[in-house]
Amino acid sequence: MELSIIFLPLIASIISGFFGRYIGDRNSEIVTSALVSISALLSIHVLYQVIVNQYEENIVIATWISSGSLDVNWSMLIDPLSAVMLVVVTSVSALVHIYSIGYMSHDPHKPRFMAYLSLFTFAMLMLVTSDNFIQLFFGWEGVGLCSYFLIGFWFKKESANAAAIKAFVVNRVGDFGFALGIFLIFYLFGTVNYSEVFQQIPTVVDKNLSFLGFEVKAIDLVCLLLFIGAMGKSAQILLHTWLPDAMEGPTPVSALIHAATMVTAGVFLVVRCSPIYEYSPLILNFITIVGMTTAFFAATVALVQTDIKKIIAYSTCSQLGYMFFAAGVGAYNVAMFHLFTHAFFKALLFLGSGSVIHAFKDEQNINNMGGVWKKLPYTYALMIIGTLALTGFPFLSGFYSKDAIIEFAYLKGNTTGYYAAGIGIITAFLTSIYSWRLIFKTFHGEYNNKEIKIEETHESPLVMLVPLFILSIGAVFVGFLFKGLFIGHGENLFWAESIKFLEPLSTEHPPLWFLLLTPCLVLLSIPIAYYLFVKNKELPNSIASINKPLYNFLVNKWYFDELYDVLFIKSSKKIGLFLWKFCDGTIIDGFGPDGISSFIKKCSIKATKFQSGFIYQYAFVMLLGFSALLTFLIVK
Amino acid sequence: MNFPILSSLILLPTVGALFLFFTKDKEGNNVTAKYVALFTTIVNFLISIYLWISFDQSTSNFQFVEDRTWIEGFINYKVGVDGISILFIILTTFITPLCIISVNNSVKNRLRDFLIAILIMESFMIGVFCALDLVVFYLFFEAGLIPMFLIIGIWGGPKRVYSAFKFFLYTLLGSVLMLVAIISIYWIAGTTDVIQLYELGIDSKYQNLLWLAFFSSFAVKTPMWPVHTWLPDAHVEAPTAGSVLLAAILLKMAGYGFIRFSLGLFPVASEVFTPLIYTLSVIAIIFTSFIALMQEDMKKLIAYSSVAHMGFVTLGIFTLQQQGIEGSIIQMISHGLVSAALFLCVGVVYDRMHSRMINSYGGIVTIIPKYSILFMLFTLAALGLPGTSGFIGEFLILMGAFKDNFLVAVIASLGVILGAAYMLWLYKRVVFGKLVNEDLKKMFDLNRSEYLILSCLAVPTLFFGFYPDPLINTIEVSVTDLINMHNTNIASK
Repeated sequence: MELSIIFLPLIASIISGFFGRYIGDRNSEIVTSALVSISALLSIHVLYQVIVNQYEENIVIATWISSGSLDVNWSMLIDPLSAVMLVVVTSVSALVHIYSIGYMSHDPHKPRFMAYLSLFTFAMLMLVTSDNFIQLFFGWEGVGLCSYFLIGFWFKKESANAAAIKAFVVNRVGDFGFALGIFLIFYLFGTVNYSEVFQQIPTVVDKNLSFLGFEVKAIDLVCLLLFIGAMGKSAQILLHTWLPDAMEGPTPVSALIHAATMVTAGVFLVVRCSPIYEYSPLILNFITIVGMTTAFFAATVALVQTDIKKIIAYSTCSQLGYMFFAAGVGAYNVAMFHLFTHAFFKALLFLGSGSVIHAFKDEQNINNMGGVWKKLPYTYALMIIGTLALTGFPFLSGFYSKDAIIEFAYLKGNTTGYYAAGIGIITAFLTSIYSWRLIFKTFHGEYNNKEIKIEETHESPLVMLVPLFILSIGAVFVGFLFKGLFIGHGENLFWAESIKFLEPLSTEHPPLWFLLLTPCLVLLSIPIAYYLFVKNKELPNSIASINKPLYNFLVNKWYFDELYDVLFIKSSKKIGLFLWKFCDGTIIDGFGPDGISSFIKKCSIKATKFQSGFIYQYAFVMLLGFSALLTFLIVK
Repeated sequence: MNFPILSSLILLPTVGALFLFFTKDKEGNNVTAKYVALFTTIVNFLISIYLWISFDQSTSNFQFVEDRTWIEGFINYKVGVDGISILFIILTTFITPLCIISVNNSVKNRLRDFLIAILIMESFMIGVFCALDLVVFYLFFEAGLIPMFLIIGIWGGPKRVYSAFKFFLYTLLGSVLMLVAIISIYWIAGTTDVIQLYELGIDSKYQNLLWLAFFSSFAVKTPMWPVHTWLPDAHVEAPTAGSVLLAAILLKMAGYGFIRFSLGLFPVASEVFTPLIYTLSVIAIIFTSFIALMQEDMKKLIAYSSVAHMGFVTLGIFTLQQQGIEGSIIQMISHGLVSAALFLCVGVVYDRMHSRMINSYGGIVTIIPKYSILFMLFTLAALGLPGTSGFIGEFLILMGAFKDNFLVAVIASLGVILGAAYMLWLYKRVVFGKLVNEDLKKMFDLNRSEYLILSCLAVPTLFFGFYPDPLINTIEVSVTDLINMHNTNIASK
């Protein structure tokens, strides 16, 4: 039964991908949605078993690679951590499948789309249920591949193709680190199985490695390399540039892959490896810093973007930053909790924005929207719920998880912790400003679209609204319901062995003023945003024009793309040309085969000139030779 | 000694070729010739599969050995297989029939002669992989040049003469040194029998020079940086079937030679020259990846990527780790399948549009969808995606390299990023995007034989990606013993 959770999506993908042409669009949609939904129900059952009966199992499916001392299996590991991920992945995936039936209704390539979605689900499940690092890597690259396919789904769009390649290649940079991490693990422990690696951790804690003349602690290096992989997949600062571009893909894809599941794989990796990370305070601090920088950076950029999906994409980036700094301060369970709640409300927001885009016939610029809340009442209401949950409005799911992150950062009690908590609060405030900006600009104010009349905008069909509705239930309640289970104070009953804490998490409570600070800011931000983006629209513009450099800096996303273009893309092309034309062409061929052959040709041309056919020339040469020989003999 | 199965493997294609030679060459209708060649190679493939099935995987001894005196006291015709060589034989017998099926569209004139060249080539290649006498090995190794030289020189593109000579000169130059080395081995050890040489060992004071002589030959054939420049030219000018043979099998002779002779005969020198190999391999991986990024000709791009992939192979072999060597062998098999498929993919569009330039394509995915799917699969295998055979090889090699030398593994891993960049960019420019060139609309999708060939290559690429056990089990014992032998040799010196 457990195996069918993984393989149903694969079967769905094969049916739709290879036989979609024969069974028709509608049947492909029904088959994939049904199979993935069954998988989702089974996953919920498994999670229930895990919660109630402490069910754990490690199923070995088959051997994959066995070379020398390296043994890798295809396997399915069920423990609390993977059970939670199973539910997140399959349930969001099932809803996205159903939603896609409506959203992609005008697309000519439906079976292909559904096949990719199901294949993605399969790869993601392989990732989360692996019991070793190499199957994890398989899933890791597999989801990257599906993401590549889906971002580039509209293959005629030049920008979509570029974004797809960018996503794959940037992820490969992360994977480069990840793969090296796996090599190092194999080098240190002689195995790549989680349980065997985790057991041996204490034995290598004090081991040092010298790398390029630097002495580093082996465990720090392992943690750093794995984290580079996580940074790529979870779009953390420096390796984040692919995520906003990935919005070129269809919106259901953004909801599933670039919000709820794939991008959280990095967080999952760090949590999964908590037994290693616990021994590396240095890298944990580094993770905190990267996490909070990303959270802040992405929030500032989201403030000024005008593409509805890019705003949500940066918001995702920022929330992933929160998850990382939770993991960085050692609160892995809180990171998982935020991952869990975030999956629901961010998928809701994306699918909601998809509904808006659908209504406006593929318009994504929020400046060309506005005033349609009466025309799209359900979408409006559901988006409001998503926004409230995201901003951490009291008693919705985001409130429990995000505030817990900030609290734990504060309770960490060291400089990074305080710093992270501070940034966390500021970012929470920014988050609600940009989220409400999105809502107000999209649904309130005047109607700004010149191409479509307001009468033509329409509410989405039921097949799109029902998944939204289900997600909104999740966005409202999962925080409250699962709080005790996931981050209950002073006990670690649920997570059991799957998350390791070297020292138990602090059970103290932060001061009351601190607890109230974030909710107050969040509440305050609603009227501020209303004033700025509905009442007094001139004000944001004038602020922007006064601070032109800062504004440009933000609009251009801190100039990362431009910087990378110069640093990597242009320079690689130049290096390539140089190596090709100069090194291979001029030097190797010039002095090698071409040079030698032309040299010999020259010599022989010279030599042929001797054979002129004139006897007096031959006689002269003979005479010269004879006298030279004679001279030589005499001198000798 | 039972039935001489290896000799029949070697001779059967030649017999087929002779048969073709004496048939009348009918202009325009060569169906019979093709069927004869196809039949011969398929029978050969079946024999080699039988060989694999009856092969005993639990020992590293040479099996199916045949030993006949050729020149009294000097050369014996000695052949045999162990776990390492058998896979290459199967690769050869597997790729050749596919090549013959593919000649349908690409070779227009003198088809019969072309088929003869391919069959003779197959004989020589199988000979290379099972020769157990240095002289026999040398003869097969060098003889393989001739049919390839003819294939490029007669059936090649406009610059075929230049390419053929470049190919010939480069490879011959290295081989001359190898011949000298083989002769001196005979003077030093008194035999050219590989098995005896394994047991006797060669005095370590001669090893360095001998190693370098062998290296100069293998490095050219691999090809390693900086003697790789013949490969892109040869590929560009060669007809599709020629490119496939060249990439899939010819390049593997050198990798095989490194394992069988450089490691086996000269353990001390191998240890000494490991840094050299590492340096050249890493340079090959990084440099040629950058160069591949900028290519405008599809065949050149794949040729350069072959150099990078073979860089991984040489790197893996000299790690002298179980994972490294096994990874190298799998990488060679995988590259044999994938590069063959990629060249065939180029051949498919070339046959229709008569252009290899990337910029003359674009937006063909809706016009030829089957082709696009298979091309995508091989693109992914070339960039080493998990689930394809390319991943197993590359990952094991890097794992082995990491054990031996951090820095080398780190730099080589960068090649993986570049690999993704140039392959995906190639695919995007050819298949995706807007359809600009109106002529492309007239293209038709894969015909039955093309579909058959590419699927035949796709199946093992995927199968061994998910389940490489059949490959690894075959080579495991031989590789373990090779490493053990190497280590005892080093320890005793």
